[in-house]
Amino acid sequence: MERIYLDHAATSPTHRDVVERMVPFMTEVFGNPSSIHFFGRQSRQAIDEARAVVANSIGAKETEIIFTSGGTEADNFALAGTAMANRNKGNHIITTSIEHHAVLHTCHYLERQGFDVTYLPVDEQGNVSLDDVKAALRDETILVSIMFGNNEVGVLQPIKAIGELVKDHQAYFHTDAVQAYGLVPIDVNDYHIDLLSVSAHKINGPKGVGFLYARETVKLSPRLYGGEQERKRRAGTENVAGIVGLAKAVEIAQQTMSEKQMMYRELKETMLSVFDESGISYFVNGNQNACLPHILNVAFPGTNVESMLVNLDLAGIAASSGSACTAGSVDPSHVLVAMLGKESERIRSSIRFSFGLGNTVEQVKKAAYETVQIVRRLTNR
Amino acid sequence: MIYLDNSATTKPFPEVVDSFVTVATKYFGNPSSLHELGMKAEQLLTQSREQIAKSLGVKPSEIIFTSGGTEANNFAIKGVALTYRHRGNHIITTAIEHPSITEPCRQLEELGFDVSYLSVDKTGRVNIDELVKTIRDDTILVSIMHVNNEIGSIQPIEEIGQLLTQYPKILFHVDHVQGIGKVPLQFHKAHIDLCTMSAHKFHGLRGAGILYVRDGVRLSPLLAGGGQEMQRRSGTENVAAIVAMAKALRMSLEKYRERIAYLWDVKKTWIRELQAIPDIQVNTPLEHSAPHIINFSLNGLKSEVFVHELAKQDIFVSTTSACSSKKKAPSKTLLAMGADQKRAESAVRVSLSFENTLEEIPIAIRAMKEAIQKLQEVTR
Ligand SMILES: Cc1ncc(COP(=O)(O)O)c(C=O)c1O
Ligand SMILES: Cc1ncc(COP(=O)(O)O)c(C=O)c1O
Repeated sequence: MERIYLDHAATSPTHRDVVERMVPFMTEVFGNPSSIHFFGRQSRQAIDEARAVVANSIGAKETEIIFTSGGTEADNFALAGTAMANRNKGNHIITTSIEHHAVLHTCHYLERQGFDVTYLPVDEQGNVSLDDVKAALRDETILVSIMFGNNEVGVLQPIKAIGELVKDHQAYFHTDAVQAYGLVPIDVNDYHIDLLSVSAHKINGPKGVGFLYARETVKLSPRLYGGEQERKRRAGTENVAGIVGLAKAVEIAQQTMSEKQMMYRELKETMLSVFDESGISYFVNGNQNACLPHILNVAFPGTNVESMLVNLDLAGIAASSGSACTAGSVDPSHVLVAMLGKESERIRSSIRFSFGLGNTVEQVKKAAYETVQIVRRLTNR
Repeated sequence: MIYLDNSATTKPFPEVVDSFVTVATKYFGNPSSLHELGMKAEQLLTQSREQIAKSLGVKPSEIIFTSGGTEANNFAIKGVALTYRHRGNHIITTAIEHPSITEPCRQLEELGFDVSYLSVDKTGRVNIDELVKTIRDDTILVSIMHVNNEIGSIQPIEEIGQLLTQYPKILFHVDHVQGIGKVPLQFHKAHIDLCTMSAHKFHGLRGAGILYVRDGVRLSPLLAGGGQEMQRRSGTENVAAIVAMAKALRMSLEKYRERIAYLWDVKKTWIRELQAIPDIQVNTPLEHSAPHIINFSLNGLKSEVFVHELAKQDIFVSTTSACSSKKKAPSKTLLAMGADQKRAESAVRVSLSFENTLEEIPIAIRAMKEAIQKLQEVTR
């Protein structure tokens, strides 16, 4: 049976060129970048080059890039790091109810530390309202954290407009770009972004590495203390192979961005046209006019997530209920609840398909046909 | 090439790299995903956890994977302090810990915690009586490294753990980053509550580490999010590096059994040869020190220049620990041991792995003698 992987938003296959780039940094250039000898210097140079590639991809300066162990650490760092360092300016934080748990749970932690957090609602389409952001801003707001593109439904937020709005306020603007980065061009200056999180394994890079962009002017207190790595902002012996792998993934993502946007849009349309032809009933969740091209979240009325996923898996199709990061649980998605309400039937019948490296029109067609069969079986039609 | 900087980082075993590549390319699923590929990744993660737990003689549920030693140390120190604050706010550690212990301690001091730093004697060991005197009613944590990364001294961890059983409210953390695979440590016998290890110091890959947390010990998380690692450490697991780490640990422990006697031969020969060089003072004692670390001073000559001279001959040693080798500060450990400024500033570390040989020694010693001569000519 051909297995079809349509869960690229959970994690993506490591690109062959990425692995190839990494191996020499394990077997030959294995030195500790802090060592002053040749091995160390070679590793240091590799990190510097990687930093330049990464910085360049978002219009940042090299000194503004901090390598981390992934998206979760970058999000935790951005939120807790700015909150703790700017407490003297205020204790109010604005975020949304559809953020990834790496942001939400850090906000809960900060609430326990005495911070006041506003969780903005979204409409049925998953959009955050600019007016809501404006209304929520107070003199003592120190941080606005709004994700670029949502990981469950793919909805893109009006980041540029929010950036414009926040730029003259003391608050920093953070965006979790873990899903959007590599598929949407991002320039931190254009968008007035002060902090931005990225994770390598979502863009065909290795797991266990990511970065936080933090504008020069941002006051940030470290989360990991120790050696003087990453200009004293993030201690720990640098994961050189991982960082080099991340940079390679970034290069590939930059080169293939427009091609991928087109390809994934086509895949989305292919899938939806099979659903249309079949006559099954379905709803697409999330505003499709402002959506990441690789994420398609669909409700199939009369089905339930668990049986859908089990049946899809038996048919060789890997999809998901939304966020993989909720560690194996199939609790109703907080994103769909925020969009549609607790009572909506859709929150128990929605499946996320997400496209990526290696997917073809044929695969997606096949997966769509299988999905139709399963939906028919489960709804007795 | 003679690589003598294994305490900074080790060369990954080829088999370890192979494991990494296989997992990264074939089993790339997210362990939290419910489909086949996710479950396969989850299985690999579980197997690695079980294998590592077995090697360490602990339960799989007591193993938390982190991004490395620094994260594990930060997690242990701050996690305990913030969780057990209601019991007290006093922490005891030593004057010779790695910065990934001392810096979080400084951070806690800013938050109102009180930290005592135990002194060490001429051989770099803490004194149990001093520890007893330092313990207070409000002490919640004792954190003491097993093997020091700069000079290799071994602390009496078992004795300390035994002593601490009389103080049930105190948790005991051990930084075992330099000890694992080189100096055996029985977690239960030593009554350890938390223990840090880092893959890249035992021929694994960077980006993976372990915090052992004894069942029953609570810790407030350092990284919040998806709830991975039994709700204790969020972030998509670095599966490939973790599988590679399990392999590296198994292989390192095998090498230990096969080659520990030989490694001791190598170390003793190194010390003997170094002692025969007039301008060198050996700082690492033979007693109570690890088989892989030899620290010596150059009688005031510039150790950094010495390191560069040797590198020209393809011989790699380091000044002090890698993490602080960029700033030209005297060795904190040597100062704590009572060495004078000159001696502490001209320290050099040779650190071995089971791959190093006796045959390398005469070559390296000759190069060292030449380097010293050259340095003396320059300074004269
Ligand atoms: C939007 C978003 N933010 C953060 C993360 C966390 O990143 P990582 O898996 O690298 O910890 C993810 C993925 O899990 C995500 O989709
Ligand atoms: C004793 C000791 N503890 C902790 C660390 C930090 O580990 P890592 O490099 O994995 O962050 C090191 C090494 O740098 C060390 O030698």
